[in-house]
Amino acid sequence: MTAVVISELMREHINRLAASGKRSDGRVFDEPRSLTVHKNYIKTAEGSARVQLGNTDVLVGVKIDVGEPYADTPNQGVLTTSAELIPMASPNFESGPPSPTAIELARVVDRGIRETKTVNTEKLCITPKEKVWIMFIDIHALDYDGNLFDAASYGALSALSCAIVPASKIGKADYPLPLEHWPISVTSAKIGSSIVVDPNLDEERIADARLTVTTDENGDVRAMQKGLKGSFNLEEVRGAIRTSQRVGRTLREVIQQG
Amino acid sequence: MGDVEHIPKELKLIDESGVRLDGRRYDELRPIRIEAGVLKKADGSAYIEWGNNKVLAAVYGPREAHPRHLQDPAKALVQCRYNMAPFSVTERKRPGPDRRSVEISKVISEAFASVVFVEQFPRTSVDIFIEVLQADAGTRCAGLTAASVALADAGIPMRDLVTSCASGKIGGVVALDLNKDEDNFGEADCPMAIVPRTGEIVLLQMDGHLTVDEFERAMDLSIVATKGIYELQRDALRRRYSAMAEQAMEAPPPPPIPSELPPPPDMPEDELPEVDDL
Repeated sequence: MTAVVISELMREHINRLAASGKRSDGRVFDEPRSLTVHKNYIKTAEGSARVQLGNTDVLVGVKIDVGEPYADTPNQGVLTTSAELIPMASPNFESGPPSPTAIELARVVDRGIRETKTVNTEKLCITPKEKVWIMFIDIHALDYDGNLFDAASYGALSALSCAIVPASKIGKADYPLPLEHWPISVTSAKIGSSIVVDPNLDEERIADARLTVTTDENGDVRAMQKGLKGSFNLEEVRGAIRTSQRVGRTLREVIQQG
Repeated sequence: MGDVEHIPKELKLIDESGVRLDGRRYDELRPIRIEAGVLKKADGSAYIEWGNNKVLAAVYGPREAHPRHLQDPAKALVQCRYNMAPFSVTERKRPGPDRRSVEISKVISEAFASVVFVEQFPRTSVDIFIEVLQADAGTRCAGLTAASVALADAGIPMRDLVTSCASGKIGGVVALDLNKDEDNFGEADCPMAIVPRTGEIVLLQMDGHLTVDEFERAMDLSIVATKGIYELQRDALRRRYSAMAEQAMEAPPPPPIPSELPPPPDMPEDELPEVDDL
């Protein structure tokens, strides 16, 4: 209940700030929080990254194992993504089976990576129809201060970009995961009539609607997801796409160099 | 996915003269038929056939929200459960919610939350059930469109109906309302839902690969199409309620009142009820 009361006071505060073009943490509307990327954070994973987007802190591990391909893609590796919102990360997260929020998070991150053909899955085939490499992307939220969608997808891309296919397990030489594209998701939140990029927790709590747009290095749109109970008009959607392209260019470099 | 293998990879989804596998042009919808009030027990219901999709929607409520800790003291919850019947797809689907249906349920719930006058029904829940009986891509759009009619049929106060449609890209061409083969082998799919009266977009998802210009054209196709679908929704409701009105008119007249009432039986005084007993 406390959280709700604070959020009502916060709502007024943030709305007032937004009306005068300001944000509670001093950013301008289309400015994301600073992103730091620490790749190869976990030795036991084939690829990993700890990513901080402002105070939101996410650890992503990629495990790569031998498994069976799907019948309709007999010569392609498999990508699976899951997310855990562990109670450590927020007083509002509870243990138990994955909540709809966690499921949506995992699926939106997965979609961005999958639809951009980030990983060349044909290079992950061992024996067609029988054995392929399976990538398990596990998203672990450690500290939740808003916008897990973007933090998790930067974490996943970073972890994939440094992942090694453990081919020595099957008597071949290890090789880097064949990464071909760099999808960047950028989330915009609508607060009243203002639209802010990379919402922090206070902004996210009072936001009416959320739109995550994933673009590739050409600025093409690869995935989108609208969330929350409010709406966007077409002009606002166009604005969010433009913001995603622009902000994405800067953040892509951070992840490529990280 | 079971129907995937027998279709060759180099399949042409749209030919040189712009005709798609099922004979449609790029801007053509599949045939849509909507019927309101198809279930007895539900407070509101609707059935939609959208190409080869067959989807039922039912609405219960506003009713007490369960579990109670979910209740909102200020407004009603709008809770949607999207479910696919195990026999609705070529290869049997394991019954019960999977990750895909949890996500779809969530985005549909959110799409309706902004049009239902939730503040009129604190502590309650408006429950929407969508059952996909036969699937051929576009089931979330069909389900949402039907659910919207079911909500109206249930008499839930709303700012407007919500109308949904998808567009995507097949064989390099931006096209409206993809079917299963087009969805499987096409380049992109972008479902949306709109409040037709205001133009508010309440559901928007996209996967695949579209340039910004292609996205614009896809949205244009969807928005134009939703105008027609909106009319079908309204027409389904009109038919439902004119049928009800006719039924009421055609009901047999009440039995004639006998001209002379039988005299009231004599009532002995000691059988009159005591005031204290009342």
